[in-house]
Amino acid sequence: MQLLLFNAFNGLIQGAFYALMALGLALILSLNSVINMAHGGFLVIGAYLAYTLSPWLGFWGALVAGPLCAAAIGLVVERVLIRPLYKRPDPLYTLLLTFGLALIIEDMTRRIWGSQGLPFQVPDVLNSPVSSVFFFITGYRLLVVAITVVAVVGLYLVLRHTRLGIRIRAGTLDLETVSVLGVNIYRLRALNFAIGCLLAGLAGVLAAGVLGLTPPMGSSLIMPSFVAVIVGGVGSLVGSILGGLLIGVAAGITTTYFPAASEAVIYLIMLIVLVVRPRGLLGQEGLFE
Amino acid sequence: MMRRYGPTALLAVLLVTLPLWLPYVGGYSALGTKILIYGLATMALNLLLGFTGGLSFGHAAYFGLGAYGAGMTLKYIAPSTPLAIIVGTLVGGLAATLLGPLVMRRRGIYFAMITIAIGQLFYFLIVRWNNVTGGEDGLSGFQRQPLHFGNWVFDVRNETKYYYLVLVCFAVAVYIMRKLLASPLGHTWVAIRENQRRARFLGVRTDLYVWAAFAISGTLTALAGTLNAMLFNFTSPQDLHWILSGNFVIMIVLGGMRNFWGPLIGVIIFVVAQDYLSSLTDNWMTLIGLLFVLIVLLFPKGILGMLQRRRSA
Repeated sequence: MQLLLFNAFNGLIQGAFYALMALGLALILSLNSVINMAHGGFLVIGAYLAYTLSPWLGFWGALVAGPLCAAAIGLVVERVLIRPLYKRPDPLYTLLLTFGLALIIEDMTRRIWGSQGLPFQVPDVLNSPVSSVFFFITGYRLLVVAITVVAVVGLYLVLRHTRLGIRIRAGTLDLETVSVLGVNIYRLRALNFAIGCLLAGLAGVLAAGVLGLTPPMGSSLIMPSFVAVIVGGVGSLVGSILGGLLIGVAAGITTTYFPAASEAVIYLIMLIVLVVRPRGLLGQEGLFE
Repeated sequence: MMRRYGPTALLAVLLVTLPLWLPYVGGYSALGTKILIYGLATMALNLLLGFTGGLSFGHAAYFGLGAYGAGMTLKYIAPSTPLAIIVGTLVGGLAATLLGPLVMRRRGIYFAMITIAIGQLFYFLIVRWNNVTGGEDGLSGFQRQPLHFGNWVFDVRNETKYYYLVLVCFAVAVYIMRKLLASPLGHTWVAIRENQRRARFLGVRTDLYVWAAFAISGTLTALAGTLNAMLFNFTSPQDLHWILSGNFVIMIVLGGMRNFWGPLIGVIIFVVAQDYLSSLTDNWMTLIGLLFVLIVLLFPKGILGMLQRRRSA
């Protein structure tokens, strides 16, 4: 029983990373119409820059600075490389471009920081277990859950109540009309891309404290995040969070009984959802068909 | 007559005589075989990508399933090259046929995302089922076997002879694809690519046609996979990783996705460049990534696409 709880909680943590990644992917997918294959790259950038900056800024400073750096680099990438491609309606080109970026970022990370894994120092206070029975619930893990909740609620408030958020939501429904109403959609898309990268960077810093830092950490986290978007339903932000948590917990529970299948179960869930409910758990009907 | 069949005839002569001249331009026999295999895989993918408009970003899965099908047939069932080719092709083709209905009604971004994710399913199946597939280390311990025609033996263990076996498979597959594209089926594919909604209003069951494209394309890609496994007498999970899927797509775009022979041109450039770069520097992955970025920004129509536009202008 305790083992099951342990693995389920592990899965929940993993699911939080997937959810943060999937949320950013879904934002970029719906407003920028870009499948961001480099999303794992932005996660790695956030994590490694936080690691490099933490001796100066401390843990808490790095926790803020890492995601901001990822967002800043995301802004530059969007402006220089992705913006020229918006006029080509075929999603093929942005897919290939971000795919190339993913290769470059992973290779450069290896070159700058080495291919060996690096530990990310977490304050000692956070590393001690909260309770002696549930030894696996450390302060850091609770922090991961808390920050994920704060980020999700924060994003919800931004999208719900700020002018930027309302424009983003309107843009996903009908970009042309938003543009005609006098909104600078280039800036809107740039900011949206940066928000997505910010979430990826945040997932990176948080994941670094649990999993450590390795150059391929981005490419191993991005695929489940794709699945999370598909399971939750393309076009639904709440769906992608739900999808991320669902597959994380499912993979965790599977680890208890049949460790070898812990990755396959993620894709199995996706297949079942695609057969039973093709639009995803919370997706709109008819979108992208 | 000359204008229509000239280029194809020239290509045929070049390919048949390839083992004679390739060493003089710095190549080696296995490189020529690899180009043909990747050419077959990408041209098959291009049936779906360039002619039907279905952006599959997970075709390495069928390539890899073909490879594992062939390797495991040779290793566990019977040491026979033709049997390995048939079993591998059927395994990959069956997977594509069964999974086709999951994607056939989608378009664009969603089609791409689902094909990427489905591709990873097979990757993890192969990696985790390691007592049979060899897991991360790959599958080895099998070898391609000589072909027997009555008393006459064609020993494809020789690299040059294996090249000719691959060339025969390539030629048959190319012939099939040419015929398909010239048939009503092929014209319907192009109509779906150009305007799916219009095709549907004309009464075409577009989903079934996309399914057919997916199944045929996956089957022929699996055939390429079987040949690839027997070229190296080895196959690894990298043969079904999404990075290979991405490489397939960039090779097609580089050569020109609106052209039948485009993918082959892209393969030649990409495979030679990769071969050269990986011997030159450790950071070849960055260079390949830069190549992706440059192709997308500067040559979106591919090499043949640019040549054709110039000629018609």
